[in-house]
Amino acid sequence: MNKYMIYLNKKRCIGCHGCEVHCKTNKNLPVGPYLCEISHDPLVSVKGVPKTEFVFRSCYHCDDPFCVPICPTSAMIKRPDGIVYIDQEKCVGCMACAGACPWTIPQLNPETRKAVKCDYCMDRVDAGMKPACVTKCTTHALKFVTLVEV
Amino acid sequence: MKKSVYSICGMCTVRCPIRVETEDNKVTWIEGNQHLLGGALCAKGSAGTALVADTERPQQPLIREGGRGAGRWQKVSWPTAYDYIAEKMKKIKKEHGPESVVLSSRGGPWQSMYKTFIHAYGSPNYTDHDNTCGRNTHHASLSLNGVGRTGFIYDIKNAKHLILFGRNMFASLRIAENLQTMDMLEKGGRLTYVDVRQSMTGLKATRFFQVRPGTDYALALGMIHEIIRKEAFDGEFIDKYVTGFDELCYFIEQYTPAWAAKECGIKEKAIKAFVEEVIEDRPKVIFHPGWNLSRYKDSFYASRALHILNVLMGNIERKGGLLIPKGPGDCGVKGIRNLDCPKPDIKRADGVGWKYKHFDKGPGLAHLFFDAMRTEDPYPVKAWIAMRHDPFCAMPDPQRQKLLFDQCDLLVSIDTHYSEFGWYCDVILPESTYLERDNPICVQKGLKPRLAVRRKAVEPEFDTKPAWEIFKQLATRLDLDEYFPYNTIEDLWKWQLEPTGYTMEDFEEKGFVSLTDEPVMYDAANLENQFGTPSGKIEILSKKLDDAGLPSLKEYASPIKPAKGMFRLVFGRSAVHSHGHTINNPLLSELMPENSLWINTRAAKKLGINKGDLVDVTAEDGSYGGTVHANVTDFIHPEAVYTVHGFGRQIPLQNRAYHAGLSDQKLMVGKLDDWDQAGGAINLCESFVVVRRSVRNPKRRVEL
Repeated sequence: MNKYMIYLNKKRCIGCHGCEVHCKTNKNLPVGPYLCEISHDPLVSVKGVPKTEFVFRSCYHCDDPFCVPICPTSAMIKRPDGIVYIDQEKCVGCMACAGACPWTIPQLNPETRKAVKCDYCMDRVDAGMKPACVTKCTTHALKFVTLVEV
Repeated sequence: MKKSVYSICGMCTVRCPIRVETEDNKVTWIEGNQHLLGGALCAKGSAGTALVADTERPQQPLIREGGRGAGRWQKVSWPTAYDYIAEKMKKIKKEHGPESVVLSSRGGPWQSMYKTFIHAYGSPNYTDHDNTCGRNTHHASLSLNGVGRTGFIYDIKNAKHLILFGRNMFASLRIAENLQTMDMLEKGGRLTYVDVRQSMTGLKATRFFQVRPGTDYALALGMIHEIIRKEAFDGEFIDKYVTGFDELCYFIEQYTPAWAAKECGIKEKAIKAFVEEVIEDRPKVIFHPGWNLSRYKDSFYASRALHILNVLMGNIERKGGLLIPKGPGDCGVKGIRNLDCPKPDIKRADGVGWKYKHFDKGPGLAHLFFDAMRTEDPYPVKAWIAMRHDPFCAMPDPQRQKLLFDQCDLLVSIDTHYSEFGWYCDVILPESTYLERDNPICVQKGLKPRLAVRRKAVEPEFDTKPAWEIFKQLATRLDLDEYFPYNTIEDLWKWQLEPTGYTMEDFEEKGFVSLTDEPVMYDAANLENQFGTPSGKIEILSKKLDDAGLPSLKEYASPIKPAKGMFRLVFGRSAVHSHGHTINNPLLSELMPENSLWINTRAAKKLGINKGDLVDVTAEDGSYGGTVHANVTDFIHPEAVYTVHGFGRQIPLQNRAYHAGLSDQKLMVGKLDDWDQAGGAINLCESFVVVRRSVRNPKRRVEL
C-alpha cells in the first residue's frame, strides 16, 4: 500500500508548467527528460465560458510495479512506503523499465545515460519536506498527501 | 559549502521575493519566499539556474568591429569598454551638448541609479519601456485620480468580484496577486474576463465576454450606462469625492447595453446579468484598469472608463477594493536614501513637458525620440544607452528604427543577454544575472510596506558586472563621482539605510524588513488629500486634457474591420516566457520553443488552413513575414489572429531562439508613429496582417 500521493486541485491549477521546471531543476536534469507533466483537453464551452481540466501526471508508484522485477541490475526499487525509485549507482541505462511500464514513465537522462523517474523527491520527503513540484507550485494547487487506511 | 540567501527574482519584472540555496557556487534550489509566497514560484523562476549556466549570453564586454548588426565583436576588458564609452560621451557632449544622449531602462525600483547617471551627465532624456506597456493606464489614472498607475493596489483577496479586461494575469504571473485571486475564487468570488480570445485567465472566469477586437471601450461604456441607470453606484462617495458626474450621466445616455452588445458582438442580457452581479457584490468589486493597454486607438479612454467604473463602485480604500499603497512615512519610519540628481533644466527631446504637457514628465515617451533623431528638432539625438531595455523588441518596426538609430554616434546595451537592440549596438556591457549580482535596497509600498533587497547568490559565471558597478565606473570616468557616493555595494546599502536605523542584518531573517506589523489603512470617509488632481477630487472632466485639446469623455468610434484576407494582429504572453528575455533559456525554450498563430476555425476554413498547418504571416505592405504553425480554435474572434510576443529573434549566437517563431513587432511595419495622443502609448494592436496557408507545408519529399 502506497503511503503517499500527489494530488492536483484542478480548480487552482493554471497550467503554468511550473511544476515541470521545479522538478527538472531540483533533479538537475538536462533538456530532454520530464519527470512530471501538466496536460489538458481541448477547450469546451461550459455556460458560455470555454473551460478545460488540467491533469498532472508523474510516476504512479504502482502497488505491483512492472518496472521493478524487469530491472536486470535491481536498480529499480520499491520502498516499504511505496516510493519506487532508481538507484543511480546500479542503473545501467538499459531502459527495460520503460519498456515494462504501461505508460513509459522512466526516461533516459542523456547526460548520465541512466534512467530517471519521479521518486517523490524522496530525499526531501525523508528530510521532512515536500516534493519540489508541490513545494513551489505557483498557485498551491499541488498537494503532497499521506494516505490513511479507513 | 552550502548557503541560503533571500533575494528578488529577476526572470521577469514582477520581481517576486525568493530564497536561493547554493552549494560550491552553484545554485541548487530557488523557491518563492516562504514568508510572502509560501514557496510558490513559476517555471521562469526555477529556470533561473539555466540562465546562469547559459553560455549563449555575452560573457565579457564587446565592442563592435564590423558594421552595425553584422555580429562581429571584439572582446575587450571592462576598463577598455568603460573608457571607450566615456570618451565617446565626452566627445558627444562637446559637439552636440549633453542633452543629445538618451538613456532608456525597463523602469522598476532601481531606476533612480540610471536616472541619476544621465541627469548628472547633463541630459534630461531619461526614458523607459512603459510607452509599450502601462503608459495609457498610468495617464488615465493621473487624469482622473491625480495619482498614477501605481497609486492603487488591488485588494483581490477580499473582493467578491474581479473584472479583467484582457489582463491575462495567470500568464503574466504576479504570484502574490495570483494567490489572492485563487483564494478569492475559492471563497466563491466571481471573475469576469473580457478578451478577444480565451486565455489561461479566462479559464478560471465565471463569466467570459469574447469581444470584437478594439471594442473594450464600448463594453465599459455599456457597463457604466447600465450601472448608472440601475443607480448601482455609491452616491455618497461620488458626492464627496468626484466632480463631473452629471456630465458623465449626460454623456453615457447614448451608450446602452444593447448598443454595446451589438458593437462588441456579445449578448445584451449578459451585460445586464453582469451588472446584476455587480449590484450584489458592490463595493467589493474591482475593475482592473489594465496593465499593458498600449493596444488600441482608444485604450487610454478604455482605461479611463475602467477607472470610472471603480469610482462608481466607491471602492477606494475599502476592503476588497482599490487601496492606496502606504510608504515608510505612513508607518512613522524614515525612508531610505536613493541616488538622486535633479533633472537638468533643458527641454526633453521627446517633447514631453513642453510640447505635450498632459504627459508625465518622469520617463517621457521613448518613441518620440525618433522624431528628434530624424528632424534634429529640438536638437539632435546622438547616443542611446539601453539599460535592460530592448527598443527593437518592445517597439514596432525595428527595421525603421535601425535607420533612425543610424543618426546616433553611440549605441550601448547593458543587459544580461543579447538583446535584439544590443546586437545592433556599438558596445555591449554584460550585466551579471540577478542570481550573480546585488542591487540597491528598495521600498515596496503596500498595506504593509517593506524594504527589500536583491542579494548575490553566486559569484558571476563569466566576466560580467552588476549595474551599481557599471554606473559607478562610467560616472567616475565622466567626473560624476559625487552622485555615486560609494565604492562597494556595502557602502551603498549602508548609506541608503542610514536614516532608517536598520542594518543589513535586519534582512537576514525573512529577506525583507517589514515597516509595520499591522496593515495601514486610511479612513475611507476622509480621503480628501489623496487625489493629486487640481481640485483634489476625482475629476471625470480633466482640465489637463481640455488644455491639450482632448476630450475627457470621448465619443466612441468603432474600430475598422480588417480588409478581406487580413486580420488584426493581437499579441500577448505565455506563462513560461518573459517576452524576448527568456526565449533562449534552455529550460523555457524546451517548454515553448516557438510561438504559433491563433486563428478562428471559420476564418481558417475559408483559407484552407487546418490545425497544425504552417501559415505565412505577412506585414500589410509585404516587407516582412514569417512562417509558423496555425493554432486553429473557436475561441478567438474571427477578425483577430494572436501570437505570443518575443519570438522571431535574429541573433545567430542564440541557437535556440534564432528565427524560432514569429515576431509581432517586426510585422508592425510603419506603426512606430501610430500612438495614442491622449494616453501617450504606442497602439500595438492596430496592425493588420495577411495570413496564407504556407507553401512550405510538405506534400512530398523528392530528395534522396
